[in-house]
Amino acid sequence: MSGHQPPPVVELRGVGLTYPGPPPVEALRPCELTVRRGDFVTVTGPSGAGKSTFLNLVGLLDTQTCGTYLLDGLDTGALGDVDRTALRGRRIGFVFQSFHLLNYRTAVENVALALVYRKMKRVRRVASAREALARVGLEHRMDALPSTLSGGERQRVAIARALVGEPSLLLCDEPTGNLDTATASSILSLLDELNGAGLTLVVITHDAAVARRGGRTLEIRDGRMTEQAVTC
Amino acid sequence: MLRWTRAARLFRRAERAVEPSRLSFADVVGESLAGITQRPARSVLTSVGTVLGVGTFVAVLGLTATASSQIDSRFNSLMATEVSVEDVSRERTEFVQPAFPPDAGRRVEALNGVRDAGVYWTVQLPAREAVRAAPVQAADGGGRIQVVAASPGVLEAARPSVAQGRLFDDWHDASGQRVAVLGAATAARLGITTLETRPAVFLGDEAFSVVGIIDDVQREPELLLSVVVPPKASLDIWGPPRGSAKMLVATDLGAANQVASEIPLALDPAHPDHFEAVPPPDPRSLRTEVTNDLDDLFLLLAGVCLVIGAVGIANTTLVSVMERTGEIGLRRTLGARGRHISVQFLCESSVLGTLGGLVGSALGVLGVVVVALLRDWTPVVHPLTVTSAPGVGLVTGLLAGFYPAWRASRVQPVEALRR
Repeated sequence: MSGHQPPPVVELRGVGLTYPGPPPVEALRPCELTVRRGDFVTVTGPSGAGKSTFLNLVGLLDTQTCGTYLLDGLDTGALGDVDRTALRGRRIGFVFQSFHLLNYRTAVENVALALVYRKMKRVRRVASAREALARVGLEHRMDALPSTLSGGERQRVAIARALVGEPSLLLCDEPTGNLDTATASSILSLLDELNGAGLTLVVITHDAAVARRGGRTLEIRDGRMTEQAVTC
Repeated sequence: MLRWTRAARLFRRAERAVEPSRLSFADVVGESLAGITQRPARSVLTSVGTVLGVGTFVAVLGLTATASSQIDSRFNSLMATEVSVEDVSRERTEFVQPAFPPDAGRRVEALNGVRDAGVYWTVQLPAREAVRAAPVQAADGGGRIQVVAASPGVLEAARPSVAQGRLFDDWHDASGQRVAVLGAATAARLGITTLETRPAVFLGDEAFSVVGIIDDVQREPELLLSVVVPPKASLDIWGPPRGSAKMLVATDLGAANQVASEIPLALDPAHPDHFEAVPPPDPRSLRTEVTNDLDDLFLLLAGVCLVIGAVGIANTTLVSVMERTGEIGLRRTLGARGRHISVQFLCESSVLGTLGGLVGSALGVLGVVVVALLRDWTPVVHPLTVTSAPGVGLVTGLLAGFYPAWRASRVQPVEALRR
């Protein structure tokens, strides 16, 4: 590997998580994974198999009990809580199944919230938020409250919120879980489009149809992660 | 060298892999206000406790100040403008003549701030002489009627209300006219009801024309029970006073203490120590006596209200932390540190407390004004009371917010996002 190439976005070296007992529960067995810039990785598996644990580890919401996790080449295990929080805020964009929008704030305010914890002027935050909303095709609903938006539009706002901070990685947890098929496919097209523009995506889903959209598919079963054959 | 600085920069960057999250003060306030205005009705109800506590606090302190200042103003209108001067020359030297100079009133009235001044003394009639309304009629049983020699300045300074006739003036005094002013009660005792008949009173065997009847005075109430005659006539007939004379001085408001210090010198520059001018007591020393045990009770009540208010804020903020667990989790994924979350909730509870304090102090002041209007008082609220009241609300809110804010900072994002 030459030094000119940027480090992989996510590099897991023997990363696993065991909840201390008694009896100890091995939520995720030590696994190896490399996600490069521009990858579209889907993670599937039955519920309770360890998908959420994987999400929490990659999203820096939880700390592994063994192995090394490099995010953008930074050893996250060596970081203190302050740096982990900052890294989470700046390098990872989260998209949730239940959107997690603030009901009393407009779409722009919801998106701009992602930049509150940075050194950025309010005017610039709002401008970036409008840009991000335009990117997900919501130019016409900028000042709408979430209660007046459809499910698909809400998820687009949530995606815009994840995008606005220009993260290295978009981490989606069942992004289409609360949506009907037609809306879900439009959201997936949006994700495809973003991936085409160079965004690195990790999508966690139990929906096989969604899983097939990914360039690579991982399966987690009983805490063991395996990579399935590359489909494209 | 260049390589060294680049290494240092790299080292620093490695030390701080990412720029840490921050939350500016303006954003803290903005986020908190947004949180409060999300549920306006609840926010209003939350601050009711603080409103009551701070309101009671302001009202009690305001009413106390108002009530005590009313006592002060009653004191001011009469006593604060009164200086009495005693002749203490005999205590100093045994053989000295009565010390008041003949023109004492004029000398003192020449001082700045003096309105009226005059000398008066009780006339000792010879033992068998009495006050009568007719040459032969004896006064009826009720004891002797007092005769007071008082210069016109004393009558003015006493602020009498004249029922009939007039007061005697400087001309009467200077020319030794035998005239008298009677108190209404004395006139009634002597059987004098009207001045139409040009009545006279007989002091011993000397006849004095009654020129006026006064029915009230604001100072020196003993004048009402006396026959008041001019000093010159009294000196002509009975000679100098046997007891010591006194001086009554009415001053402008606020001038009394200054005037009192000047009077002895004005009266006799050679022997200022022969006079003792008694200024009115200091109102500040009176005010401290006006505190009431009830006030402490009410202040205690206000404290209890504040505690209840604090518990109310703490409770609502805690409920709101529980409700907004998802929001907290989301903020943590967006890069918020635990302390950012707790500062936000602390700020929310402080703003609620401050709002309660502001409304409470407004209501408290309003209460003081209403009570004062009903009682015809002048409302008095110390500026410090009003300015510190919102601060009391703020501290209440801040203290109430500590526990909920701590709880909020402990919310694990993983738990929060599962909902």
